[in-house]
Amino acid sequence: MATLALTPCGDFRTSYREDTTIFPTRTSRNVAIASVALLCLVPLTGDRYVLSLMIQMGYLGIAALGLNILVGFTGQISIGHAAFFGFGAFSSAWLVDQGVPVVAAMPLAGVMTTAVGMVFGIPAARLKGLYLAIATLAAQFIIEDFFARARWFTGGVAGRVTEPLTLFGLRFDTNESYFYVVLFYVVVMFVAASNLMRTRDGRALVAVRDHYLSAEMMGINLTYYRTLSFGISSFYAGIGGALYAHYLLFVSVEAFNILFSIQFLGMIIIGGLGSVMGSMMGAVFMTMLPEVVQWFAAALSGSAIDRALGLGAAVSYLREMTIGAVIILFLIFEPDGLAHRWRLIKAYWKLYPFSH
Amino acid sequence: MKQDTPILEAEHVSLRFGGVRALTDVSFSVRRGELFSIIGPNGAGKTSMVNCISGRYRPTEGRILFDGQDITALGPNKRAGLGIGRTFQNLALFGHMSVLDNILVGRHHLMRHGFLTGMVYWLFGAQKEELEHRRAVEDIIDFLEIQHIRKAPAGTLPYGLRKRVELARAIALRPRLILLDEPMAGMNLEEKEDMARFIVDLNEEWGMTVIMIEHDMGVVMDISHRVIVLDFGKKIAEGTPDQVLADPHVKRAYLGEEDEVLVDETERVE
Repeated sequence: MATLALTPCGDFRTSYREDTTIFPTRTSRNVAIASVALLCLVPLTGDRYVLSLMIQMGYLGIAALGLNILVGFTGQISIGHAAFFGFGAFSSAWLVDQGVPVVAAMPLAGVMTTAVGMVFGIPAARLKGLYLAIATLAAQFIIEDFFARARWFTGGVAGRVTEPLTLFGLRFDTNESYFYVVLFYVVVMFVAASNLMRTRDGRALVAVRDHYLSAEMMGINLTYYRTLSFGISSFYAGIGGALYAHYLLFVSVEAFNILFSIQFLGMIIIGGLGSVMGSMMGAVFMTMLPEVVQWFAAALSGSAIDRALGLGAAVSYLREMTIGAVIILFLIFEPDGLAHRWRLIKAYWKLYPFSH
Repeated sequence: MKQDTPILEAEHVSLRFGGVRALTDVSFSVRRGELFSIIGPNGAGKTSMVNCISGRYRPTEGRILFDGQDITALGPNKRAGLGIGRTFQNLALFGHMSVLDNILVGRHHLMRHGFLTGMVYWLFGAQKEELEHRRAVEDIIDFLEIQHIRKAPAGTLPYGLRKRVELARAIALRPRLILLDEPMAGMNLEEKEDMARFIVDLNEEWGMTVIMIEHDMGVVMDISHRVIVLDFGKKIAEGTPDQVLADPHVKRAYLGEEDEVLVDETERVE
């Protein structure tokens, strides 16, 4: 039965297949496909600024999704995600230097990052909570240190220059063209994660999070799934990093510090722990936040408020302060993140104007 | 697989935590197709015994044999694969998952598709496998009469239903031996009757061997084939419900010293 409503009043599903789809209704699926198609049109507007923001959202969103699989779905914690993101960026750049074409280097960088993630994941699979946080903190510093010392891999403090993606004679070196590359990866990675979460191993990850003792009694190997979760999470970080590397065409060591890791955590907390789409919402939010703060700062500077408070140079710190404040506010008022708020909004409109 | 061998044997099982003796030299065997109960006062070691069977604890001494195979050293996840399912005394559902997903987790060891094929749902048969197992899960949902809550998050359900979902999840393992740790604790009469019916059906129609811990003596004596009684970690009696009830050790364990009132009690229960 065709319907325009986002959620039809009544359940028309007649087969198990219809009951296991990613999107709750056919309309919501079509809307999602249409949105992706609409996004394909964005480069035609030629707005470089908007495009560069959206590309950022794309690769950050992929990496944030990886962290969400680890933290939100498996209930592990990692404060070294930026290091894996960086490792993906350097791996891809390094592989290109070894003569691997960029198109193959990007997924391979994901695989290399997975390997590194598993190495750190194996001891981490035996730790929980605070202890795991410290172990991943160690991973962050070890990998950062590795970046600074392994000149053959990262180019040392000078950083590493890399090449843009070329495919079938096309060079993806402009915002307009690279946008499509990122969009492609975003769609593939998000669909893959959604599929993962509705099959056996995805359920096992969530089971490990919700009650690891009974998960084990249900035949789930805890060590395997905790390590696997680290692997998948690192793969996503690696892909995100590789996209970042071939967008900026230059990777420097300093970018992947612990602050960046905390930002990833901020993204998934704000977006919604344990929600695939929430990861993207968080990445969008975190990308837009500094821009919005920037606009405010620009509007403020020189104004009466600026003079009265003597903000001056301090305006540039507004960004960091706002991010901190926003995370705290989200933890208090919306601990389930934007994804939950989005569900509430949908539920509201479903019944509008009758609230009961 | 010979039919006359016991499905589970506990041989001289002892379990110590430091100086605390949770179990001391407990031996018993459970026959195929039996409905077997473990009873005893609080702290007698019943749950410890079940934990030894399911692999949560490893006995300090003694062996556990399942189907003639020594499983004493196997991890709990391996035992699930062999066909031992269990429920918990304190609810242990996956609170944020739907009832359906909870039960599907029970199918874990029966499914083959991992994360790689799972991620490309449509290509290598992961979808087909999911739908097949969904069908099997729906049979269990029908059997336990929980159709109306299949999409509800397990954490939001009332107590009685959670117990039922937990039973469903254990059944989904398709176990040959199912361990029920106080399946009727905290239930009202109606819920208890339902649960007792499910357990008897599981045993008689689904052919599962059941080991049950339960405090409700009425139910235990009504539906069990055989009973063992633990007290302070030791086995003090074993036999049919009638034999156990008549056992002087059991009377002492439950009611203190023997006296006139006690005899009346026993007769009333019978």
